[in-house]
Amino acid sequence: MSLAMFVQHFFNALTLGSLYSLIAIGYTMVYGILRLINFAHGDIFMLGAYFVFFGTIAFKLPWLPAVLLAVAASSFAGILVDRIAYRPLRDAPRISALISSIGVSFFIQNLAIVLFTGIPRPVQQPKILTGIMQFGAVRILPLTLVVPTISFVLVLGLLWIVNKTKPGLAMRAISKDIETTRLMGVSVDKIIALTFGLGSALAAASGIMWALRYPQVHPLMGSFPGFKAFIAAVLGGIGSIQGAMVGGLLLGFIEIMIVAFLPALSGYKDAFAFVLLIIILLVKPTGLMGEKLEEKV
Amino acid sequence: MKRTTRNALCNLLLLAAGAALLLWVDRTFDRYVVQVLNLIAINTILALSLNLIYGFTGMFSLGHAGFMAVGAYVSSLLILPQAQKQTIYILKPLIWPLSVLQAPFFVAVLLGGLAAALFAILISVPVLRLGGDYLGIATLGFAEIIRVVANNIVPITNGALGLKGIPSYANLWWTYGWCALAVIFIARLVQSNTGNVLKAIRDDEVAAKAMGIDVFKYKVISFTVGGFFAGIGGALLASLLTTIDPKMFTFMLTFNVLMIVVAGGLGSITGSVLSGAVITVLLEWLRFVENPVTIGGFTIPGVPGMRMVVFSLALLCIILFRREGIMGMREWSWDMLFRGRTRGGEAR
Amino acid sequence: MSNGVVLETKNLTMRFGGLTAVQKFSACVEEGHIVGLIGPNGAGKTTCFNMITGFYVPTEGQVLFQGADITGLPPHKVCARGIARTFQNIRLFKNETVLQNVMIAGHVRQTSPWWGKAMGLPSAIREEQNLREYSLSLLDAVGLSQLAMEQADSLPYGAQRRLEIARALATNPRFLLLDEPAAGMNPQESEALMAFIRNIRDRFSLTILLIEHDMKVVMGVCEHIWVLDYGVCIAEGEPTAIRSNPKVIEAYLGEEAPVHA
Repeated sequence: MSLAMFVQHFFNALTLGSLYSLIAIGYTMVYGILRLINFAHGDIFMLGAYFVFFGTIAFKLPWLPAVLLAVAASSFAGILVDRIAYRPLRDAPRISALISSIGVSFFIQNLAIVLFTGIPRPVQQPKILTGIMQFGAVRILPLTLVVPTISFVLVLGLLWIVNKTKPGLAMRAISKDIETTRLMGVSVDKIIALTFGLGSALAAASGIMWALRYPQVHPLMGSFPGFKAFIAAVLGGIGSIQGAMVGGLLLGFIEIMIVAFLPALSGYKDAFAFVLLIIILLVKPTGLMGEKLEEKV
Repeated sequence: MKRTTRNALCNLLLLAAGAALLLWVDRTFDRYVVQVLNLIAINTILALSLNLIYGFTGMFSLGHAGFMAVGAYVSSLLILPQAQKQTIYILKPLIWPLSVLQAPFFVAVLLGGLAAALFAILISVPVLRLGGDYLGIATLGFAEIIRVVANNIVPITNGALGLKGIPSYANLWWTYGWCALAVIFIARLVQSNTGNVLKAIRDDEVAAKAMGIDVFKYKVISFTVGGFFAGIGGALLASLLTTIDPKMFTFMLTFNVLMIVVAGGLGSITGSVLSGAVITVLLEWLRFVENPVTIGGFTIPGVPGMRMVVFSLALLCIILFRREGIMGMREWSWDMLFRGRTRGGEAR
Repeated sequence: MSNGVVLETKNLTMRFGGLTAVQKFSACVEEGHIVGLIGPNGAGKTTCFNMITGFYVPTEGQVLFQGADITGLPPHKVCARGIARTFQNIRLFKNETVLQNVMIAGHVRQTSPWWGKAMGLPSAIREEQNLREYSLSLLDAVGLSQLAMEQADSLPYGAQRRLEIARALATNPRFLLLDEPAAGMNPQESEALMAFIRNIRDRFSLTILLIEHDMKVVMGVCEHIWVLDYGVCIAEGEPTAIRSNPKVIEAYLGEEAPVHA
């Protein structure tokens, strides 16, 4: 493989990895505080992409307001899902909420098929992102630079909220002990809603960039990126935001590089993540950066 | 001892009545009704097998589509006629022993189930050490891996093209025969002390260990028996539909089975049987929503996707408002009928 | 009452990271005795139980049962060897009936294969019928036969404690560990409990080791006592000696004094 090819693969992997990271962060935040795998998270990702699609095509909005509106709407959708499908189950066995989230996921997917039809629709990229940048023998899509940059900025913003603000402190407190935090006078439900809102916003951002990168939208587009991003979150250590970021990037690199170096395995591309998941669960279930959870006797 | 004799007699009568009913239905109704009845039997088998794993043993498994795929492919390859095998394998020919192997339908289905059981044993070593949601996601992962593999090993599975023209041996006798077998075996198993042990693992794994139960062994047993019957269900389904391809065995299939189990009641055989029938009919009935309907000259266009919208909403409603499903953990028994008992299981 | 050591721990040590929960705990329990393990909260008593019953693998040291080394055996094998236990925070199989709870524990002595009864194997059916009758007789012995068909978590608290003991007995143990059997009981109930403990010891020829905070029970029923404080055994001996041991009094100071018994 030539160096130029490798550099191209590198940027592709970086892009895919950043997109996984953004989704994975939503999974990890929700799991961190509720111990819930939010299956519907991938579908919020899809909604974000569709909202921008309709904003720019149907309502002829300029890109920036369309994106902002889409992110806000997806964020609201995430909060709504929590309010309707998860909050009533806070005291139920943990698996009930999980089944509920699987139900929500299928509901959103199929509602999208009903409303938007099941046909994939092409997405028009904005002018500045089209064309190819040439550096010597290396040809790079502008998006492969833009996506990682935006993702990085978003993650920094999130880390600032979680680590430096009061609601962020409450979030961290809830992830340690929800009952005690409630007794300390924190409005737990509001903070959980905020968590869903933030996670969904990141997922929507990822969905929008995904739709630009592989320029189309489809009602089931969130399903596989969703699963894989969850695996990325497990890989990085569920509950840890930095872990989710690292896990997402790592998964992006694994997927792109295995296919790049061993093209014979390209048909198995969608299975890599699952194989990786099983290896991780066997070798180090707490992930790369996760904390250990002890079983009490 | 009178009670046991009476119950055995009642069971025999029930089986005989069921057989007579099948005979009548088989002769009277059209193909569509028979098809739906076949689906009911298969869905009941699938639901029972998942209920054994999740409802009775407490292992949240999302890998049913994988077991079904294994059962479906193994059994279909054994009943596909040799000539048909040559016609459908366009990209690459089917590899040697499989290209000539043939088996009677019963043996083929049984081997499909055994293959799925073997697969269950293989994956149980790594996954059953996990608990709760992690187990769910890992079994889901294995099911997806199976699907991707089925898509890629073209000389065996014919890849994305799938298998076509599978002989439709699956009639009411086969499906209900297997269904009766599944009901009887699983019901007897969960009523025996082995079943008590499985429920103990579900309720409190630590206490189960302290009481001398080899928890891992019993989890493997439950998982394998569940996998076996899921494979049987997949094998029957393949012969009923006559066509299979990897796209059929997605997470959606597992979701449907999970829905039946949850709706019927986790840990209730009766619940799974009832809800197997109700949900199958509901799913078939909802197909009409997706087809255009003409009422008095007006044509209402069908809405694709609507079926699953209603279906997933129904699951949400059950989880949110009636988590115990139709039956909770209760069972129907002859004693209830004769004495009006409400709690079954270990009735005296 | 025959003598001879049933259970022996040698330098049993458990460290969790930097914390030493139990340090070099050595004890010999003679057959047929009822002995006690006491100490303030967090002294490492339950950790000892967990090491003996296989839930924790000790960092150092050995557990010998009837002369054989059982250190590091998984819990179900320890139980099969003849050691049964109860839990501090009652752990019944709460969705099952009282009878089912006992039968589950009796399973460890069943020899027919798991599919035996489901497939109608006559020997398996007979074995299970016997187990059922034996379980009912056990329930009779602990005074719960009236409640055999009730769901376990519907029982009153005291009955749940007794059921937990009956369940442990169903594994047919030689050695029984009771973790705070009198917790939450009123004086009359704990009085009855003491008689009950002696009764099952004689009836099932058991050796019993118990953890207990109720000093009246400990002093009344135990023939030998070990005192743990911060994971270290600070005293052992007969109840009268323990009662007047200055180290023990010091360890308990600020908590309930063991003297008023």
